Amino acid sequence: MVKEIERAGIPVVHLCTVVPISLTVGANRIVPTVAIPHPLGNPAATPEEEKELRRKLLNKALEALSTPIEEQTVFE
Amino acid sequence: MNQIKVVHYLNQFFAQIGGEEKANIPPEIKEGPIGPGMAFQAAFGSDAKIVATIFCGDSYFNENAEASIAAILEMIQAQKPDLVICGPAFNAGRYGVACGAVASAVKEKLGIPTITGMYAENPGVDLYKTSAYIVPTKDSAVGMRDAVAAMVPLALKLARGLSIGSSAEEGYIPMGIRKNFFEAKRGSRRAVDMLLKKLAGEPFETEFPMPTFDRVTPSAAVADVSKAKIALVTSGGIVPKGNPDHIESSSASKYGKYDLDGVSDLTEATYETAHGGYDPVYANADADRVLPVDVLREFEQKGKIGSLSRYFYSTVGNGTAVASAKKYAQEISKELVADGITAVILTST
Repeated sequence: MVKEIERAGIPVVHLCTVVPISLTVGANRIVPTVAIPHPLGNPAATPEEEKELRRKLLNKALEALSTPIEEQTVFE
Repeated sequence: MNQIKVVHYLNQFFAQIGGEEKANIPPEIKEGPIGPGMAFQAAFGSDAKIVATIFCGDSYFNENAEASIAAILEMIQAQKPDLVICGPAFNAGRYGVACGAVASAVKEKLGIPTITGMYAENPGVDLYKTSAYIVPTKDSAVGMRDAVAAMVPLALKLARGLSIGSSAEEGYIPMGIRKNFFEAKRGSRRAVDMLLKKLAGEPFETEFPMPTFDRVTPSAAVADVSKAKIALVTSGGIVPKGNPDHIESSSASKYGKYDLDGVSDLTEATYETAHGGYDPVYANADADRVLPVDVLREFEQKGKIGSLSRYFYSTVGNGTAVASAKKYAQEISKELVADGITAVILTST
């Protein structure tokens, strides 16, 4: 899906936990996330901590979208 | 010759520990065959014996790959097997990655022959086909009998240290290895024969299939995020409560388009996941954990992004055919372009 959206000319950032799969699928901008069943959350944390975690990951996603790249890049 | 000692690797499901709620268990070992191991044992007869089965939760393995592999290697080393069988994983993505990773690490680090099986579209194939013997299987466990029948002869050959023929002869996925040999007919003769067949409309087989590198050049970066119109897309199956479009929990035949107008937080009462390939408890309690609407609304208010697109698109990426995912994304892309979307955040579970 990432590839088809990118092919349409829209920059995509892929937020996912299993980065090797994202790389093999062909995503260009990748942000690694927390866990498979809750990529952008952490049920063990307090709701406020969880939101903060989400802000951090989404800031990273925005950074990835605004970074010019030539090849597949993982934004750790 | 001595009976071949086999260790079998399975996930939590095939090891009969449990479903997605047990996908987070660390590696464990039990004596003897379990589940699919019984079918392998029956096919091996007295030639080989499954002495132990190692299993691990699919999510645990993928979230802690290095530690899991290290623990599994240690367990396998202690058993001193002649062969390690992984799976088969069919079209289960996390399981396929685990099987490929174990098969390739055991072969490389312990020097013990390994074999696994999975469906051609499993992401584990692309990741590990050059480092492990992978036998192609059907996309679901319906193909277990065929998979066992295809894997056993090659497994015995590998364990006995016999020379392995080409992928076409032995029935494994090509590993990208070339071996030099002398053909009876010279190249020009073979090329002309092939051309004549082609002209006559007869079937012919190329000697050099072109590899398919389907890569897309990265799009230009977003110049000004604070003006960007951002759309959310997910393969994590987030849908309005009740799953109005009945998106299937696996092998999804469709995607949904949902209105976020006036929505600033996804709650337990309003949204859920339709995905059957991960433990849904966390996403059902708070779908923002998969589709981060709450924080993007906040970013929108603060002017950090221009706006969050009115609609989000969702499907279930669980055993879903690559061709289907491609088709959905092409349709979605058309709408995104028409809506003037600047960038997409795509989340996967």
